[in-house]
Amino acid sequence: MTLANSSTAFATPTSVGKVDLGQLERSLRRPRTLFSFCMSALCALVALLAAVPLLSVLFMLVWRGAARFGPALFTELPPAAAMTGGGIGNAIIGTVLVVLVAAVISIPVGVLGGVYLAEINPDGAAAGVVRFSAKLLTGLPSILAGVFAYTTVVLVTGRFSPLAGGIALALLMFPIIMLTTEQAILSVGREISEAAVGMGATQTQVVYQILIPTALPGILTGVLLALARGAGETAPLLFTMTFSDYWFSGQLMEPTASLAVLIFNFSKSPFENQKEIAWAASLILVLIVLVLTLCGRVLSWRASQRKGASV
Amino acid sequence: MSDESIFDLAVRSLYYGKFRAVRDILLSIEKGTITAFVGPSGCGKSTVLRCLNRMNDLKREFRFDGQIRYLGKDIYAKSVDPVAIRRTIGMVFQKPNPFAMTVYRNVAYGLKLNGYKGNHEEKVEQALRAAALWDEVKDKLHSSALALSGGQQQRLCIARAIATEPEVLLMDEPCSSIDPVATRKVEDLMRELKTRYTIAIVTHNLQQAKRVADKTAFLYVDTSGGQRTGYLVEVGETHEMFEHPKETLTQEYLQGEFS
Repeated sequence: MTLANSSTAFATPTSVGKVDLGQLERSLRRPRTLFSFCMSALCALVALLAAVPLLSVLFMLVWRGAARFGPALFTELPPAAAMTGGGIGNAIIGTVLVVLVAAVISIPVGVLGGVYLAEINPDGAAAGVVRFSAKLLTGLPSILAGVFAYTTVVLVTGRFSPLAGGIALALLMFPIIMLTTEQAILSVGREISEAAVGMGATQTQVVYQILIPTALPGILTGVLLALARGAGETAPLLFTMTFSDYWFSGQLMEPTASLAVLIFNFSKSPFENQKEIAWAASLILVLIVLVLTLCGRVLSWRASQRKGASV
Repeated sequence: MSDESIFDLAVRSLYYGKFRAVRDILLSIEKGTITAFVGPSGCGKSTVLRCLNRMNDLKREFRFDGQIRYLGKDIYAKSVDPVAIRRTIGMVFQKPNPFAMTVYRNVAYGLKLNGYKGNHEEKVEQALRAAALWDEVKDKLHSSALALSGGQQQRLCIARAIATEPEVLLMDEPCSSIDPVATRKVEDLMRELKTRYTIAIVTHNLQQAKRVADKTAFLYVDTSGGQRTGYLVEVGETHEMFEHPKETLTQEYLQGEFS
């Protein structure tokens, strides 16, 4: 017997008992099926709409910003009003510098804080308060971080500086690092830390020899996402670091340029040359943030792959 | 078999918060023997095993009432450092839990913790050979331990535990997550290891207790107080326990009439 014949062997009746078999066929003519299809299509449409702003911003940045790409963009100082040419060399250095200052402050605070929340005393009252305030701080309007650094650093030292800017950014970055570190360490799993404890490792040895190395990809993800957040911030830098038309002097206590503030200044400029520079700076800034974010994502993806492989 | 006892347990109660998980455990574990803890789920056999190296200290709200003497010393005395206790007692867990590092560094970890000054490579090879794993991993000592199979990972955990030559090896259902072939290997290994180490094992598998253990302790759950509290019903030579148990409860359980 061949399969072609078998269809007649299984010829189905149109109804069996109370069940009308025609109702089991898929059909858009049925109202509930049509409604379901329309709602699904609506979801797809809205989801696509959400991608429009991002894609159009990227398109504009590449279109307008790429025009000024060239060695001069990276090696020259910003042009003064009515000048031609120029670059954003000092602003790139300034952004890297202020993010570095913020990283030096926020990484140790974030990682050690995360270790405390995840391992040292996760159920204590202190941990509860710290965890809650870290969550609130991740939603802190960035301008308030600037105000904080302005009153505690700028007014005290009497200077706008990358130090003040770095402290403002660190305030925004450390909660991200702390909370992702906590999660990364929690996801290492009880079994692994029990193995170390069972061998006679002290709590500090468990943390530094087992938990942090095992959770490192997750921790780095948090660090990179925090760096991306910090690099893109403008408001806190406006009144902590201000701007400078000159190269970084090597002094941590001088007003210093940054990409974000350069964009803020030049995009309001009436001069076409400065506007073009602002577009180019925007493109560079977006690229920096994009690369940091992508590295973070790749790391967290690889960490999840590795975890899957170990089961 | 010598009669020198390594552990003397006189446990009145083990609590998690207000919950009394275990009561009345009175037994000794002798040098160079395998002692199996068997009983239904929730009878506290793992909890008791984890008292022997104070692993329960990690659990919040855990409270110990009684005495456990290890080589004559009360390990729950205030002056005792649990970290030091654990360095002389190896532990193998239910789920293989190698560290996310190379095979070599997994085994060498205990040596590093103990500040062992001698030849690490020699010790690592010895431990891997003793765990019957050497031939399978000698070519991948420096690749990740996570790439090994479940059974190999569990033998790696045994190698890691014995690399520092502990006095005692505690095994908490070591075969419950590995296949029958690997289980056979681990059982052969236990019989071999007991010439050098004293072993206490928790197992769900009565046949396993029968195959490997010299002594068997049977725990059961007492539900009379409205709580599920585990207690020791009977302990004795394994063949005695299986053939001529003193208690009817033991007889019924070991012969599989209920579980």
